[in-house]
Amino acid sequence: MTRAVISSGPMPGTEPTMHMDMATDLAGILMPSPVLTASGCAAAGRELDQFFDITQIGAVVTKSVMLQPRSGRPTPRMAETPSGMLNSIGLQGPGIDRFLEHDLSWLDERGARTIVSIAGRTVDEYAKLAARLRTAPGVDGIEVNISCPNVEDRGQVFACDPTAAANVLQAVRRNSDPRMPIFAKLSPDVTDIVGVAESVVRAGATGVSVINTLLGMVINPDTMRPHLAGITGGLSGPAIRPVAVRCVWQIRKAFPDLPIIGMGGIRSGLDALEFILAGADAVSVGTVVFHDPSSPMRIHEELEQALVERGFATVAEAVGYAHRGADPVDQEDDLDFISE
Amino acid sequence: MVPVQVKGEVLDMRRVGAYHVLSLTAPGITDITRPGHFVTLGIGGEESSMVLRRAFAIHQVQSRGVYGGTLDVVIGVHGKGTRWLSERRRHDVIDIVGPLGRPFVLPKERVACVLIGGGYGSAPLFMLAEQLRERGCRVDVVVGASTEEKLFGVLDLKRLASTLTITTDDGSLGEHGRVTDVLPALMDRVDAGVVYACGPMGMLQAVAELATERRTYSQCAVEEAMACGIGVCMTCVVPVIGEDGVTRMLRSCVEGPVFRGDRVRWADVGTIPPDTLGAPEQGGH
Repeated sequence: MTRAVISSGPMPGTEPTMHMDMATDLAGILMPSPVLTASGCAAAGRELDQFFDITQIGAVVTKSVMLQPRSGRPTPRMAETPSGMLNSIGLQGPGIDRFLEHDLSWLDERGARTIVSIAGRTVDEYAKLAARLRTAPGVDGIEVNISCPNVEDRGQVFACDPTAAANVLQAVRRNSDPRMPIFAKLSPDVTDIVGVAESVVRAGATGVSVINTLLGMVINPDTMRPHLAGITGGLSGPAIRPVAVRCVWQIRKAFPDLPIIGMGGIRSGLDALEFILAGADAVSVGTVVFHDPSSPMRIHEELEQALVERGFATVAEAVGYAHRGADPVDQEDDLDFISE
Repeated sequence: MVPVQVKGEVLDMRRVGAYHVLSLTAPGITDITRPGHFVTLGIGGEESSMVLRRAFAIHQVQSRGVYGGTLDVVIGVHGKGTRWLSERRRHDVIDIVGPLGRPFVLPKERVACVLIGGGYGSAPLFMLAEQLRERGCRVDVVVGASTEEKLFGVLDLKRLASTLTITTDDGSLGEHGRVTDVLPALMDRVDAGVVYACGPMGMLQAVAELATERRTYSQCAVEEAMACGIGVCMTCVVPVIGEDGVTRMLRSCVEGPVFRGDRVRWADVGTIPPDTLGAPEQGGH
């Protein structure tokens, strides 16, 4: 690892300004930052562009779009939980036609890099969505949401079954440009997330996005009934961060070269760094946007600072750094122990 | 109008009846605020375990002065987040995003306007009353609450309105009953051209239905639970009929909070009406 050198000392009375090249190559998508938005927490970029320049972050990952317009679930759709929230939106959205015409074209014109998240009820719907995106300008990548917990039939959470997950990814791959980066968004609500990752990679996924929300539930003590109209919802926010970091770690350990977008409760640059050290090539920030709409840019700046302070010259150098071998001294101790 | 995110300094926190009035510096927000706009406030500081902002109708703004723009919001303490807010003191700093939402639409002609506030739903009506009067509109105000303590701003509203009618469910102040008990006679007496309302959903439904029956234009500011307040999370939706006759689940935060009373499907709030665009065929989403 090369160490970044801070060329000049701090000016009297000022903080040292430390910069580095934050450029990130995510499966061939060249981005000025490893910080992306998380699907479902940034709509299609327009609203957040009021608070920061969305072309300066890595990419906008749009809210999962389906083939048809969809009303979503009744309200209440949300409950605040300790360091997190439950949502039960149910994939409300305009459908792919209006999305392409109204949202994707705007993002393209705006000059933002865009990873389009798609969700289907059947393998065939995913295939059709991929086919529609194949001819659409301004798609830098596809995130295949196979793990939304807010669907009527839990049996449809493709990401909970390696075979079903592979079927979806194979269909999306077959209907996409062979060079299109495709990320499978995985659920943490499985026994073996590495097995699901392996399955989608074999089926043609370029990389994985980890993690989607965890299935959760809140009971209202006043009404003494489930708080959400949809009864269960997806848990997100800082409360799930250790689970997400663990998932990234496990998948990186199994696949040293697989492109990974890490997400789950990132609120600060140091949180983002944790994911990168665990093995994420890029990170998505989601629920924090509800707390702080400027946060993607703030997290980018904090992450840059954190990387410089630790002597990294590029983001790539830090990816998976937590997996490095133990320090030589410790290894010798281990050998001594074994030889006895 | 583009909302901004700023750090506001607490100038004052005072008890008014059952509520707290919080005054904050809000540089860049006050100049573009119109009646019906709201702000969201970050809760619990940077490391807060409460990750969602809380939304408040803007009660008053002062655009000029030594602080370069200040605003007031009225807080009803309902839970941990609002309690935390009510405990802020002078010089504390709070993260503000605003102004947000679609404000009240003001009439072009000098028509008589009736303003109805339920509980602290009267808070955004002060600025509205002032601006309507500046346009030469007659303004009559009705405020109602369960009990006297839960009325807000009675004295100031008396000054702003041609008449002020008060109702309480328990009869502790004003007329014994609900705002809708006194509304029809008042609307007839002043020949109301527009009805504006802010308060709980049940009250808005009753007011909107009364206005629509009488073919009077109504504007209602809804209070729905929000997570983001800026249009990205989709939690605060209500069923609203569009100009094309199609019902859609619209976001209260960006397509509201002010809706035309005759467009909201009040009885269906909290459901997805079966004829909504994209409604599930069966079983729900």
